[in-house]
Amino acid sequence: MSASTADVAPVQRMLITQTRAQLITRLRIPAFSVLSLGMPVMFFALFNGIFGRQTQNGVSGSEYILVSYATYAVANVMVYNFGIGIANERGRKLDLLQRAMPLPPMVAAVAQVLSALAFAFIALVILFAYAFLVGGVRLGAVTWLDLLWRLLLGSFPMIGIGMAIGYGVGPNAAPAVVNVFYLPMAFLSGIFFPLRLMPDVLQKIGHVLPTYHYAQLGYGTLGQGVADEGAETALVWLAAWTIVLFAIAVRIYRVDESRKFS
Amino acid sequence: MTNAAVELIDAHKRYGSVEAVKGVNVAIQPGELVAMLGPNGAGKTTSINLMLGMRKPTAGVARLFGLDPDDRRARSRCGVMLQESGVPDTLTVRELVDLFSSYYPHPMPAERAITLAGLEEHARRQAGKLSGGQRQRLYFALAVCGDPEVIFFDEPTVGMDVEARRTFLDTIRRFGREGKTILLTTHYLEEADQLAERVIVIDRGVVIADATPAEIKSSVVGKRVSFTSHVPLSEVDLAGLPYSRLDIDGDRVRLFSNDPEAVLRDLFRRDVAIRDLEVVGADLEEAFLALTAEAEKETVG
Repeated sequence: MSASTADVAPVQRMLITQTRAQLITRLRIPAFSVLSLGMPVMFFALFNGIFGRQTQNGVSGSEYILVSYATYAVANVMVYNFGIGIANERGRKLDLLQRAMPLPPMVAAVAQVLSALAFAFIALVILFAYAFLVGGVRLGAVTWLDLLWRLLLGSFPMIGIGMAIGYGVGPNAAPAVVNVFYLPMAFLSGIFFPLRLMPDVLQKIGHVLPTYHYAQLGYGTLGQGVADEGAETALVWLAAWTIVLFAIAVRIYRVDESRKFS
Repeated sequence: MTNAAVELIDAHKRYGSVEAVKGVNVAIQPGELVAMLGPNGAGKTTSINLMLGMRKPTAGVARLFGLDPDDRRARSRCGVMLQESGVPDTLTVRELVDLFSSYYPHPMPAERAITLAGLEEHARRQAGKLSGGQRQRLYFALAVCGDPEVIFFDEPTVGMDVEARRTFLDTIRRFGREGKTILLTTHYLEEADQLAERVIVIDRGVVIADATPAEIKSSVVGKRVSFTSHVPLSEVDLAGLPYSRLDIDGDRVRLFSNDPEAVLRDLFRRDVAIRDLEVVGADLEEAFLALTAEAEKETVG
């Protein structure tokens, strides 16, 4: 059968258009774009101004702070922008009309994830540009790229959290749920305060959380001994968390689907 | 196996303890322009959702072009305008049309969909900045942009003013002339009458009439003649009058007739003393009462 007589639209075209539309939709919502693109730069600028000149273990404060707020930036996109974004869209029944279209629900879901990754990519590029141009951070080309792909690849547990929140709760409850589940995880990730300065129990909890291992994956790009663990260890932890959180998220997604579309 | 574009065969749908649709049989042939008419909560939207595969029948079968309505090949031949749904506020009309076109194998040019909907001047405006009527027209553009064979409109004119409604119905009618199959739900009898070649009346989850608008009107829509009588009247006093239904409530009499002039002529000839005479067109609710009463009579008889 030739393309012109096809019974259905090509999935690839749908996926690209859907991802782009999803990305543009959220970029144009100031609450999301300012929060996701502006806050990391603001935090970096603030802490770089205070601690940027210090060096520890041969790593400049600026570089360390850059990695910290780069992980913060990506996790923020996944949980707030992606998670609360989906909850808002469902709350306004934007999923209904789409569900009546010949768009496979799987393509819509994958496009959600891809658009979140694209958003995170943009957030990182802006932060990197600021750090380079204004913050005086000088990493090698390889290190910039290494940091970029590690942070995108390692963000899947947070995508799982975002998905679970987005499909599990309504737009009013979503911010509260984020505060209850995600905020403690972010707090214990070690990016705001070094984990070793915290009480023993909190350290133990922190060491298990995906946010901690995600930050370690990032710090690993700055050289030997900067991170508490090797990239392989961090990736194993993150992969395990991805499996667990995606299993939960997919379950929640299915419950939502069967409630509305069966 | 029939060639029907849309088909419900003894379809039932239960939501918890409520049975919204109780055994609906509908077959719509390609090219038909059909209105599904019923009061709120009659089961129109549920029927549409079953046809579209948005909901699965609890019992019975739903088919689109002989396929499961969930099948992408079937969906790719359908356009939809839903009553309760939205699109992202921050995308422009043009962006949304491009997006929805990408779901279909052979979409029409985006400009054409936008022109059909009369949104040329607003193509670059974000959906959230459109007025209510413009938004409905945007949904229309999204329903037709894939150049589908069948289009479902669920209460498309809700919230439109008279003028907007007329233009909109004109557009749908023109579309129907191009050989499209159109199914629209409405609770305006007038709208069904203007637009459709066939009207399916649905009430409390069952189809109670399926005929041409003229047939439906002649069977249910007459005038309501009401008056107050000085002496108590009974059915016997009014026997032989050309009415389809009679309500006597104390001294107030209401009867429905397709020939109100004859009713009045007869009343005066019989010298029935009346006051507060009123002759008005039966509204839809009364039409439904008449239809359901008839349906009940048939099941009993």
